[in-house]
Amino acid sequence: MSAIPARLKGNTGVLLGFVVGALALLVLAPAVLSDFRLSLLGRFVCYAIVAVGIGLAWGRGGMLTLGQGVFFGLGAYVMAMHMKLDDAGPGGVPDFMQLYGSGEVPGWWEPFRSPVVTLVSVIAIPALVALVLGTAIFRRRVRGAYFAILSQALAAAFAILLIGQQATIGGTNGLNGFRSFFGFNLFDPVNKRMLFYLAAVTLLVVLLIVWQLYRSRYGELLVAVRDQEERVRFLGYDPATVKTVAYVLAAAMAGVAGALFVPIVGIISPANVGVVPSIAFLIGVAIGGRTTLFGPALGAIAVAWAQTTFSESFPSFWTYFQGALFVFVVAFLPGGLASVGGLLRRRKAIEPAPVVAKEGAPA
Amino acid sequence: MNADYLELSDVRVSFDGFLAVDGVSMTVLQGDLRFLIGPNGAGKTTLVDAITGLAPATGSVRFGRTELLGRKVHRIARLGIGRTFQTASVFEELTVLQNLDIAAGAGRGPLTLLRARSAVPDAVAEALETVGLSARRDEKAGVLAHGQKQWLEIGMLLVQNSRVLLLDEPVAGMSGEEREQTGELLRRVGAERTVVVVEHDMDFMRTFADSVTVLHAGKVLSEGTVAQVQADEGVQEVYLGEAATRKALAAVAEQEGE
Amino acid sequence: MEALVNQLFAGLSLGSVLLLAALGLALTFGQMGVINMAHGEFIMAGAYTAYVVQGAISDAGVSLFVSIPLGFLVGGLMGVALEATLLRRMYHRPLDTLLVTWGVALILQQLARDIFGAPNVEVRAPGWLSGSVDLGVTQVPSARLFILALSIAAVVGLGVVLRTTPLGRRIRGVVQNRDLAETVGISTRSTDRLTFFIGSGLAGVAGVALTLLGSTGPTLGTNYIVDAFLVVVAGGIGQIKGSVIAAFALGVLQAAFEYSTTASIAKVLVFVVIVVFLQIRPQGIFSVRTRSLV
Repeated sequence: MSAIPARLKGNTGVLLGFVVGALALLVLAPAVLSDFRLSLLGRFVCYAIVAVGIGLAWGRGGMLTLGQGVFFGLGAYVMAMHMKLDDAGPGGVPDFMQLYGSGEVPGWWEPFRSPVVTLVSVIAIPALVALVLGTAIFRRRVRGAYFAILSQALAAAFAILLIGQQATIGGTNGLNGFRSFFGFNLFDPVNKRMLFYLAAVTLLVVLLIVWQLYRSRYGELLVAVRDQEERVRFLGYDPATVKTVAYVLAAAMAGVAGALFVPIVGIISPANVGVVPSIAFLIGVAIGGRTTLFGPALGAIAVAWAQTTFSESFPSFWTYFQGALFVFVVAFLPGGLASVGGLLRRRKAIEPAPVVAKEGAPA
Repeated sequence: MNADYLELSDVRVSFDGFLAVDGVSMTVLQGDLRFLIGPNGAGKTTLVDAITGLAPATGSVRFGRTELLGRKVHRIARLGIGRTFQTASVFEELTVLQNLDIAAGAGRGPLTLLRARSAVPDAVAEALETVGLSARRDEKAGVLAHGQKQWLEIGMLLVQNSRVLLLDEPVAGMSGEEREQTGELLRRVGAERTVVVVEHDMDFMRTFADSVTVLHAGKVLSEGTVAQVQADEGVQEVYLGEAATRKALAAVAEQEGE
Repeated sequence: MEALVNQLFAGLSLGSVLLLAALGLALTFGQMGVINMAHGEFIMAGAYTAYVVQGAISDAGVSLFVSIPLGFLVGGLMGVALEATLLRRMYHRPLDTLLVTWGVALILQQLARDIFGAPNVEVRAPGWLSGSVDLGVTQVPSARLFILALSIAAVVGLGVVLRTTPLGRRIRGVVQNRDLAETVGISTRSTDRLTFFIGSGLAGVAGVALTLLGSTGPTLGTNYIVDAFLVVVAGGIGQIKGSVIAAFALGVLQAAFEYSTTASIAKVLVFVVIVVFLQIRPQGIFSVRTRSLV
């Protein structure tokens, strides 16, 4: 069988996935869900965007990043700062600063009065932090568990830093009470719907970007680095660069997700960015299938939906269930739900392999 | 075109004070299929590690006029020094074609990398043919037989455009027929490249080596043609001191008979 | 002078707490490659052990000395249970153990919440630990001095076990070369289990010690687990002494930064120092050299 039909077939599946996804998010969901539910789904979509990035970094790149909350938080806080300043009006001081702070806007807030600076920063700041950190860590061949632990420590340090800054960044309360988003009134249901569409389209775009990456030579190289980093080095590549690219992209995606999260949910606080939420981002990715294209996003939405449904009425049950999910999926189903079909198929395919093994000697 | 050559002089590698490679000097010319043999712990693999930048070394390793020591692993690889490993290390999750395509692509720019492969590069198609894996192009490398993985590795060195091939026990675990084929393959690709083969298999060495360097305890014990090396008393002693193969025992009997 | 000594002691005290929390990890992560996120919950279990014991034995001094070995046992048994049921089948994918044990940690936290309630509980310190000791230059809280002594005792005890007992030799053998150890007849299975017992037991002891410093709640372990892992990473795998130095160094650094800035900024600075340090020594302070590519 030649490769071309297979590739075409693969593409039709993916394209179909995009069409179904777009229809579900942009047509079906707005039609059947109440404004409240739609806004809830918008929040899940933000988590899904983070999950797509984690799929890229962890699933394809092998970097178990336990600190995506940091990048999510950076994007979110940048957006929140802008919205706070916007609400306060030109030269105005955000409400919480008058309460807890000196009543003056700190200098490092000022740039975010500008919408342009804000939009650029939402991507650039997380990407830059990831670039610096990734370069430092990967170049010195710190990887595997060491990388995971460092990324987790980063999340811990970031949350603690935020909590300590009550006067300038809201401390434990975080930033909340926003009234408008780039001039659009956030209390207007139409604008809230628009925010959902914005998040949904962003998710689709992020998925398209990642799809192209997976199809590309870079995607193949990334898998090669994941499985045999040293070998890639001997082929003349610097694996640190390959990994840093994926890490920076994942960070940028988390940053964008955070920036969308703020107007949709209306609050960002250290509780959204620390160690616990950072690791919670992973469970959806693991369930959906960390190496697949759509799996992480679907898994993230499913887990977030389950959490909202169960955690309020049965908080104790939900925690047990979430813990059990981690244990069960990672220990017994490392490929996620997406691998269930594949496992059965592979079991059949393995049998004939030794038979053909003899053919094909050097010409 | 000038012939390439690899020149080592006084190479030393030390691990916490222990000299794994202790002042090795040797020169390998293009077209010379050089075998590097020696008992376990002689420093063969460490020497290859030193040449390829994996183990920090002192002395000098020159490829033509370029000094290799002190460069990073991937820089050395880009200069045309390629190697394989004792355990075949191909990318098992990727297809044969993808493996070779990655090996061929160290010089690709970001834009090429971010696009999907539209056609099989000529060099890759040629290497597939050379190592006999054309028919298995779209299979995952993980399902290949052991010998085929080693061939794939050699194919990766070819598309990588390596001028120097350092092969670490390429025929370990292969069947007799596979060894034969591998040896022929090495002769073919070695004609216009500089090839160093680390090997334990003496029969394989005798059949295919143009020249041999024997390492013992980190030093060069003997160097020359297969016949010269085999006649060397020091070499015989070392090999007797280690594992008593039947052939070696026979050599003892002969010596005692004299 | 007094300020300096105070800072130094604060640092050493913090270091000793970190060390107690990290010592068991140095065994299970450093030597077996398992990233046990539930280690923090074993610490929590040790703390609740002390709470339960004090419910039975009202004398705070006696209950403390009963709690220490009992905490070791509780932590150790939980560790063995975890190893035998889940981790055993996951040694070839260490990164995934992190997520699995995180799930276990969530479950254990919720269990503690359901059994002991969400609010924190208090364990009374014995009278002789509630005062201060006069060191001439300055006064230091006795409880902190006790923990410092306990952590040193734990290190010495562990060192003696590793160096002199047959079990210790087996553990060190397995650490240095798992396959070789197996071929010379060491049962890596039972060695792993015992290593896990000791490592997790030390977490239990750490938990008992922590009750002397503050109240006990279901999330007690989470507060320490990240720092404890950082200690092991900075210390380097395979050797206990790396963790000892790293724990005290991080403790002193944290205290020094706290003195000159704030607690939260100090945390970030310590993180930066570790990343910079790993630029110089990616393998930590000490590392066992191996020939393998990984």
